[in-house]
Amino acid sequence: MHLGVVRFPGSNCDDVAYAARSCGIGVECVWHDETDLARFDGIIVPGGFSYGDYIRYGAVARLSPIMAEVARFAERGGPVMGIGNGFQILAESHLLPGALLRNEGLKFVCRTETLRVEQSVCRWFDLPAGEVVEIPVSHGGGHYYCDEQTLSRLQDSGQIVLRYSERDGSRLPAGCAPDGSLDDIAGICNERGNVFGLMPHPERAVDPLTGGTDGRAFFTAAVKHLAGTGG
Amino acid sequence: MARYEVYVTYKEGVFDPPGAMAERVLANLGFGGVNSVSVGKFIEIDADADIESVRKMCDQLLANPVIEDYRIIVAGEA
Repeated sequence: MHLGVVRFPGSNCDDVAYAARSCGIGVECVWHDETDLARFDGIIVPGGFSYGDYIRYGAVARLSPIMAEVARFAERGGPVMGIGNGFQILAESHLLPGALLRNEGLKFVCRTETLRVEQSVCRWFDLPAGEVVEIPVSHGGGHYYCDEQTLSRLQDSGQIVLRYSERDGSRLPAGCAPDGSLDDIAGICNERGNVFGLMPHPERAVDPLTGGTDGRAFFTAAVKHLAGTGG
Repeated sequence: MARYEVYVTYKEGVFDPPGAMAERVLANLGFGGVNSVSVGKFIEIDADADIESVRKMCDQLLANPVIEDYRIIVAGEA
């Protein structure tokens, strides 16, 4: 199992590499001007503030040489996970539907959130539907938006992977997602389940020393399910 | 050299937090009759380029068609 972690100017990817390594995964950081991803079993587009996010979140990163390769890798069925800014980049690249807007309350939100795992086609982890995990969020632009048609398509084809929820896994009262996300969506995948984007940061929850280990499931399952499926 | 003015605004139905905030604060300041406020981006481009090229600039970088509309005004010679 060999994961590539894309590094843009402004990515802060080191913690995701640490997290994956601590789960027994071989990791290599790849610079944004690379054009060959054939050696990888999976790709992570990490969080941060790629190119300063000056125009829109992820708008410039999407145009970098490596993203054309990531699109080809995903097209061949290779697993791709975008975390935080990585999710924003995958949405800007149209590898995932919808877009991430500025948080509804205009504030940067940085705290641990409860997430409920939904019944989905996502191939990035094997947590059962209904499972509740505690994962930190850290974003100013995590308000998931898509039009109504897209939302019902996401629901019908099992593409909603994670929702912000109450501690017991029940739905939040309307309008209580930390960033205002539509339908409390925290993570979605594409129709085939190989491209996954989420705003919360599982790589920041892999060690009891720093607040919990619920994030490990996002990496350990990758070892079981994704090895050998890469492009 | 031509000057283009590009206005980028959210599509209808996309929540615009600064616009909503401005609406609330204007009401608090005592301005009555404000129905809606939307906050977008204004981009000025001086370029040896025709409007078709400017449209491509918007499609590829300056606006995200999933959430935003744009309007290009030819503002004359730069």
